[in-house]
Amino acid sequence: AYVQQLESSRMKLTQLEQELQRARQQGIFISSSGEQSQSMSGNGALAFDVEYGRWLEEHNRRVNELKGAVSNHAGDGELRIIVDGVVAHYEDIFRIKSDAAKADVFHVLSGMWKTPAERCFLWLGGFRSSELLKLLITQLEPLTEQQLLAIGNLQQSSQQAEDALSQGMEALQQSLAETIAGSLGSSNSSGNVANYMGQMAMAMGKLGTLEGFIRQADNLRQQTFQQMHRILTTRQSARALIAIHDYSSRLRALSSLWLARPRE
Amino acid sequence: MNTKDLASKSAAVIFTKSTCCMCHSIKALFYDLGASPAIHEVDHDADMERALRRLGCNPAFPAVFVGGKYVGSAKDIISLHVDGTLKQKLIEARAIWF
Repeated sequence: AYVQQLESSRMKLTQLEQELQRARQQGIFISSSGEQSQSMSGNGALAFDVEYGRWLEEHNRRVNELKGAVSNHAGDGELRIIVDGVVAHYEDIFRIKSDAAKADVFHVLSGMWKTPAERCFLWLGGFRSSELLKLLITQLEPLTEQQLLAIGNLQQSSQQAEDALSQGMEALQQSLAETIAGSLGSSNSSGNVANYMGQMAMAMGKLGTLEGFIRQADNLRQQTFQQMHRILTTRQSARALIAIHDYSSRLRALSSLWLARPRE
Repeated sequence: MNTKDLASKSAAVIFTKSTCCMCHSIKALFYDLGASPAIHEVDHDADMERALRRLGCNPAFPAVFVGGKYVGSAKDIISLHVDGTLKQKLIEARAIWF
């Protein structure tokens, strides 16, 4: 009877974990009050999910403040302060992600901390700057000739850097595959055990370089974001931040609709 | 030929390690820009690696030199490419034309 009780409690816990995951994916922030659960994803992943949720809440608050200022026809000075605040707050998420990548690179890479629809667009643990700029060009008209040129160049540069990082990742995958394949032995000799251990050690080294790729991908996102704000006026920056926010919100809403869809 | 000489011999020079996939990314970027960099694989040259570190290359790989001057590693190259500085340097060093 005791074993049965244990079994049913375990099933209940799994069910709760699944519901929690689903709710989180729907964009509902759920705070974990300091309890470190022994979930498969580990404490690093959980801690990041919580921090990201908090960051998102604060980000939403700031963008709503920005929207209010814009609709109330705030002056450039006041707008500048709010815009700078949002941009500075963006820096926080890059720092948080950097810590998270050190703790659990595969969690960041997986994108499980984002909602499903956002995950469609996942590239090296985040969004593609080049895609973001494509969106903004349509949302930010009118732009001066100079600005159009600058944004166009920025889009091209970020695309080139993205392609370069993608190629490095492919090389890493290839190299890892070759190493693991190289560890496969056809007989049970002591030589093969040594080979196995050597190859596994090499593979571990390669996995370790993944964090560097996430770091450079985030570096690219951060630099592109900052450069964009240098090109735009205060008012344009405000519109850009609002457009990015609304676009992401739509994706999150889409995720909720998707998760709640009726199934036969 | 010592490291400094190698770094000045071509308009764009990248010191790499064959096992470094980030080096692969930076090489790809330079090729994409049409820069045709001179690539030096330093897998088995401890002296050259030490020389690079002494020149201030940190991390040591990839070590990118444009016009004979050390520009930086992966992080620097990406940052400089985003704000247009990398292209500027490559044009000045005549590694690319536009």
